[in-house]
Amino acid sequence: MIKVRIPTPLRSMTGGKGEVESTGGTIQELIDNLDSSHPGLKDRLCDERGEVRRFINIYVNEEDIRFLTGKHTPLKDGDEVSIVPAIAGGSL
Amino acid sequence: MNFTEEQITRYSRHILLPEVGGKGQQKLASAKVFVVGAGGLGSPVALYLAAAGIGTIGLIDSDLVDLSNLQRQILHYTPDIGQAKVQSAKRKIQALNPDVQVESYQERLTARNALDLIRPYDVVIDGADNFPTKFLLNDACVFAGKPLIHGGILRFDGRVFTILPKQSACYRCVFKSPPPPGLVASCQEAGILGVVAGIIGTIQATEALKLILGIGNLLTNRLLDFDARSTTFREIRIRRNLRCPVCSEHPEITQLVDHEQEVCQLPGTASVSS
Repeated sequence: MIKVRIPTPLRSMTGGKGEVESTGGTIQELIDNLDSSHPGLKDRLCDERGEVRRFINIYVNEEDIRFLTGKHTPLKDGDEVSIVPAIAGGSL
Repeated sequence: MNFTEEQITRYSRHILLPEVGGKGQQKLASAKVFVVGAGGLGSPVALYLAAAGIGTIGLIDSDLVDLSNLQRQILHYTPDIGQAKVQSAKRKIQALNPDVQVESYQERLTARNALDLIRPYDVVIDGADNFPTKFLLNDACVFAGKPLIHGGILRFDGRVFTILPKQSACYRCVFKSPPPPGLVASCQEAGILGVVAGIIGTIQATEALKLILGIGNLLTNRLLDFDARSTTFREIRIRRNLRCPVCSEHPEITQLVDHEQEVCQLPGTASVSS
């Protein structure tokens, strides 16, 4: 099982849950599996070409997948994945 | 510059700290900090920096105080509704500490004015509520070589990290470009627990003071993520992207541009603080 941290803006798709469990041998497989249990999640994370959107970062055990092998980054049981989108706010 | 008796008393709890002392307090007194936004984040930032005796605080905000701001923007009081935020802020800062010189700019930060505005300052603090301004400010600070302390808040969450241009990860190293409108909940749609602005803003102010004093370890290459519901802080390691569009050796972005979308505004609404 892989623990996935869901950021606030995407929790509407996970019934309000900040953490869900899923499976997958790679980030890509994990995103596909997450999308089956939480339909629409993939659209929020990836663009039409299936690439992770530019304002969203995905971390495996606190390491950015861009510095690993991107969406092909391998996952193993017990890994923790964090989804971190850019947030604005503060009031100008 | 010599401190008066009154100033020595005012800053005595700082001066007592071996890491600050009289010398450190002098550094604060000669420092110039530019705060973008006199709202949720800018309020605690400006108040703590003013109390700390920062010599010059620059404040930019084009908005007027609105009743819906008062739930978190602690620079502004009920009688200030309808007044320019920068004027309301200036009055509070000067009442708190008359030693502080406040430069107020009632305008928006744009590609045209950003570099000129930040040039005289030593440190820049991001208290902006929208992605276009956050990206513009990052790029301007990279070009001008000014340290930038980024903060972002939404609902129960906050983020903060410090950027030393070309030395540590910048905002675009982490997030390459602003999200298109509609994909990320806007501040007005999403709401914010007011005190989260206070928590993140005070961390931003702490970073500014440490940077000026040259003490401790800065929040560089580490993104600090706060979740108020669980009262947890999580540190995410970030690093410079060798292909960063703005701070790498061969940047794609070589001049400032205004991003058109106003992500924090709902379509068809006026510019209201979120």
